[in-house]
Amino acid sequence: MTESPITRVARATPEPVSRRVRGLSDRAIAWIFVAPTIFLLLAINIFPLIWTIRLSFTNYRANRLNREVEWVGLRNYERILTDDGIWMNMQATAHFLFWTIVLQVLIGFTLAWLINRKFRGNDLITTIIVLPMMLSPAVVGNFWTFLYQPQIGLVNYVVEFFTGIPANSFSMLGSVTLAPWAIVIVDTWMWTPFVMLICLAGLRSIPDYIYEAAEIDRASKWRQFWTITVPMVLPFLMLAVLFRGIENFKMFDLVVQLTGGGPGNTTLLASIDLKREAFEKWRTGYSSAYAIILFVTVFGLASIYVKALNKVKER
Amino acid sequence: MSAYSITEPSSRAKWTAGILVTLYAVITMVPLLWIVATGFKTPSDAISYPPKVFFEPTVEGYVNVFTTRTRLSPEALAALPPPANFAEEIVRQYDMVIAGPSRFGERFLNSVIIGFGSTFLSIFLGTLAAYAFSRFKIPLKDDLLFFILSTRMMPPIAVAIPIFLMYRQLGLSDTHLGMILLYTAVNISLAVWLLKGFIDEIPREYEEAALIDGYTRFQAFYKVVLPQAATGIASTAIFCLIFAWNEYAFAVLLTSGTAQTAPPFIPTIIGVGGQDWPAVAAGATLFLVPVMVFTILLRKHLLRGITFGAVRK
Repeated sequence: MTESPITRVARATPEPVSRRVRGLSDRAIAWIFVAPTIFLLLAINIFPLIWTIRLSFTNYRANRLNREVEWVGLRNYERILTDDGIWMNMQATAHFLFWTIVLQVLIGFTLAWLINRKFRGNDLITTIIVLPMMLSPAVVGNFWTFLYQPQIGLVNYVVEFFTGIPANSFSMLGSVTLAPWAIVIVDTWMWTPFVMLICLAGLRSIPDYIYEAAEIDRASKWRQFWTITVPMVLPFLMLAVLFRGIENFKMFDLVVQLTGGGPGNTTLLASIDLKREAFEKWRTGYSSAYAIILFVTVFGLASIYVKALNKVKER
Repeated sequence: MSAYSITEPSSRAKWTAGILVTLYAVITMVPLLWIVATGFKTPSDAISYPPKVFFEPTVEGYVNVFTTRTRLSPEALAALPPPANFAEEIVRQYDMVIAGPSRFGERFLNSVIIGFGSTFLSIFLGTLAAYAFSRFKIPLKDDLLFFILSTRMMPPIAVAIPIFLMYRQLGLSDTHLGMILLYTAVNISLAVWLLKGFIDEIPREYEEAALIDGYTRFQAFYKVVLPQAATGIASTAIFCLIFAWNEYAFAVLLTSGTAQTAPPFIPTIIGVGGQDWPAVAAGATLFLVPVMVFTILLRKHLLRGITFGAVRK
């Protein structure tokens, strides 16, 4: 570490003198500046997390204050991991995660690739495309239920217009087969711009001279795409996937407004199920264990993924 | 301008790209434009099939979202004096009178109070922490920074249970203060990471010069660093505000009456036989437009904001 002249002078100055001359020491200031943030996070994030862990070993119910709380050991965890319903929800979550990521990567990358051709007005159009992802998912999701209505909705009308399938013959949110796709469509509509923006940054980070060199070597455009563009954008793309993966694993607002988990339990994503257990059935202990399992899953998957991401970056 | 470059796309490639991207932009805007348009329709226009693209605009949706109405018998209506204003006139067409204001105004105001309150607090705490992380040697600095980031990975519902219990104990449930603290805790990770990036870019020499001139550390911080970081602070603030403005999960779980914000409220606007779509759309428009304006203002820093400063252009 190189030291600035200031720190050297400051260290040479006797402590009481420096305090009088320069006010608080740097170290004191550093702690005064950092402490409130750490304190707030401990109080509103870590303390509740520890509390959740504690509750997960009990049969506590938040709506029955007088009932005696018993320690039940690992029973909550056992019940969750052997519950078929929860595995169904995990499958619904996996379906949602997989398809939203696939579609958003494909469409987002293509858009970024096209925008990177720097046609006139590309900045303006990028700003317009970005709008959906900045809006409130709950409010927008609620309005999508209107667009999806079988009798009057715009989506069904457009489908009828282009394919001839009668608009009132299907219901995107009411059908067991269509509903899982309906939520994928809205999420893709909303979050493709996110992937697009990150890919665009990746594309713009590739210096022109690499392509020039390839051109001189007479590499075909196809070959340039696969050996220059894709590998250089990959770290960015993987970062985008990480963000979307974490966010969609936690997905609540958009889907709860669209389907509320129905029809049946076909779109009952893990967080929506967790909300039902915790705040409708009031099984506080059980749902705490559920929350811990979800948190450990997302944290574990994200850590493995970040390791892979760093390997790609090193190459 | 450089001379002809072999990497510059041909003008045909540019045109095709431009057309395809514009087409996507148009399709993606349809739902948003539909929200705005529905806000100006009458309920019967809103639910007509085929959907109406051209219609006679009315502010009925806006009147309905701000008022509650009661139906009167024809005799009672006939006895009333003529309508005093345009809102009253619209409502009378349906044999109704305005009974009072709806809760929408209140909810919107809650969103403003909680949004700005938590943004102010996140920026205040975040700037201090970011400055310290950027400039001072702090033991376990990287671990602390990662810890701050990792709090964002937690599913809101996972911590909502104990926060619900804790707030019940402390009397913070359904209060503005409780929601402001909560949103600050969620936003502070973003604020610290973004602001650290912005402050890292300010050369240390400025402060060192100020320190030699006899400023204290503190003076150097607010007289030299803060003005330099102003743009960064402003864009971070807008990101925090947008998050707090849009947040739904905590709002729906922890607020019900006094401190409820607009996102849980708007979907509950109902009329006769289900949701009153023009009123919902009117409320949604009023709620979404500020964010659209902010997004346009932010466009230069958008990428940085959405990736926690991981990607800088």
